[in-house]
Amino acid sequence: MTTTTLVRDPRTQFGRTVADLLGEDLSVALVYAEISARFFTEAERRFPERVVNVGIREQLMVNVGAGMALTGLRPVVHSFGTFLVERAFEQVKLGFPHQGVGGVLVGGGGSFDASRSGRTHQVPGDVALLDTLPDVVIHAPGTAAETDEVLRRAVAADGLHYVRIVEQTNSESFGGPGLHVVRRGADATVLALGPVLDDVLAATADRDLTVLYAHSVRPFDVATFRALLTVPDVVLVEPWLAGTSARVVSDALHDVPHRLLSLGTRRMELRHYGTPAEHQRAHGLDAAGIRRSLESFLAR
Amino acid sequence: MDNIQHLLTLMTGDEKHDPASYSTLDVLRVLYERVLDVSPETVDDPRRDRFLLSKGHGPMAYYAVLCDRGFIPESWLREWGSFDSHLGYHPDRNLVPGVEISSGSLGHGLPLGVGSALGLRAQGIDSRVVVLVGDAELDEGSNHEALELAPALALDRLTAVVVDNRSSSYAVPGRIAERFSTEGWQVATVDGRDHDALETALSERGVGVPNAVVATVLDQELAA
Repeated sequence: MTTTTLVRDPRTQFGRTVADLLGEDLSVALVYAEISARFFTEAERRFPERVVNVGIREQLMVNVGAGMALTGLRPVVHSFGTFLVERAFEQVKLGFPHQGVGGVLVGGGGSFDASRSGRTHQVPGDVALLDTLPDVVIHAPGTAAETDEVLRRAVAADGLHYVRIVEQTNSESFGGPGLHVVRRGADATVLALGPVLDDVLAATADRDLTVLYAHSVRPFDVATFRALLTVPDVVLVEPWLAGTSARVVSDALHDVPHRLLSLGTRRMELRHYGTPAEHQRAHGLDAAGIRRSLESFLAR
Repeated sequence: MDNIQHLLTLMTGDEKHDPASYSTLDVLRVLYERVLDVSPETVDDPRRDRFLLSKGHGPMAYYAVLCDRGFIPESWLREWGSFDSHLGYHPDRNLVPGVEISSGSLGHGLPLGVGSALGLRAQGIDSRVVVLVGDAELDEGSNHEALELAPALALDRLTAVVVDNRSSSYAVPGRIAERFSTEGWQVATVDGRDHDALETALSERGVGVPNAVVATVLDQELAA
């Protein structure tokens, strides 16, 4: 396997890595719908038969990917997450799991990138929605290096994968799927999923807590989670709809009495613009907000 | 009673049910008997022609033709719709040899066909992709995304067969052919019961453009 030159920005990294994957493997294809075209210029020039821009047609985009998969290709299908997963959800549901074929869906924007664009361009519900389908492998890389790694892993694998690419990043990269131990402590366990780790670490720096991190969030790493749990107090922090991963945590602890605090985006129409950082704060997902929720939870 | 009628009777239990009541039956017979390069022996061959039944409703004619051509055993027809059956009221490609797509929800076949045609072209495989849609199914907007892109990408291996039994609300006579034509498809409109006319139209391939065959079926009593 060749390596791709790493950059800082996960979206630029996606463009570079996918171009390299197209060059390394003749069965890889890229389908997109205008969005991110500037990241694919070189890939499109080098591989015109395997890079397809369908125009502003997201339903078609997903089914073109599925149709390619029916002929044996491994499609990478990309748009903003909201148009990829929510607008075209029936195409995702029937085009991939129901047909019995796989592909790699890469959704951009996440919950906060489009802070100034409003609700139409934000997708806090993507992970919850994909969780309604069987066996979707979900990745939320927190750095450009992790973006490169999960894309390579997802393209090399079978089945349906979703890669959530956002601008928010962590300072440190972790290799491989499953839960990574960032810190061991005697009290509660904090689960940081995706690019929330820096804020989680800032919020918990002076407390004796265990912090576990994952960028590949489905399937959930039940074995590591159970093995490392001390006090059965769990704080879940995820940068999408609050409670999305509460199901997998409570399933993992089905036989253990436990307390769970689920932090994520709130189920509300925010109706504010401004910066991604302001949106994180409004949802209580900045370091101060996480600290407030966590201290109130642990004080009880 | 010919074999197709016998096979249909296994599913309907109704010997008075005339084969003419199946709007898709003649198109399916012509495709499998005279046009498509696919057989029970080549269902997994990458170079086979692909037939995508987008209009998954009323699949009895499809199952009867697949059975008649040897893709599935006759015993399956008697059990259709039962819990352990391979044959549902909409076909599932994971359960039925020779079925290329699982359909039922309308408006997915043509987009999947565009993707399949692109996938085959990228791999240098010269197979055809033939998609059967219903006239009312074309109400679904997703078809129009495919209808526009296929000629733009010069997908001349793609054929759309529209079985037009005037079942769409708000239908405008002639609109289907005009729409395909406007988008750049090569279009033929034929009698959907005339096997020779269907064979001629379905055997054509556009040069540099996809082709559409509007198969008009205007019998009064249509069950499927």
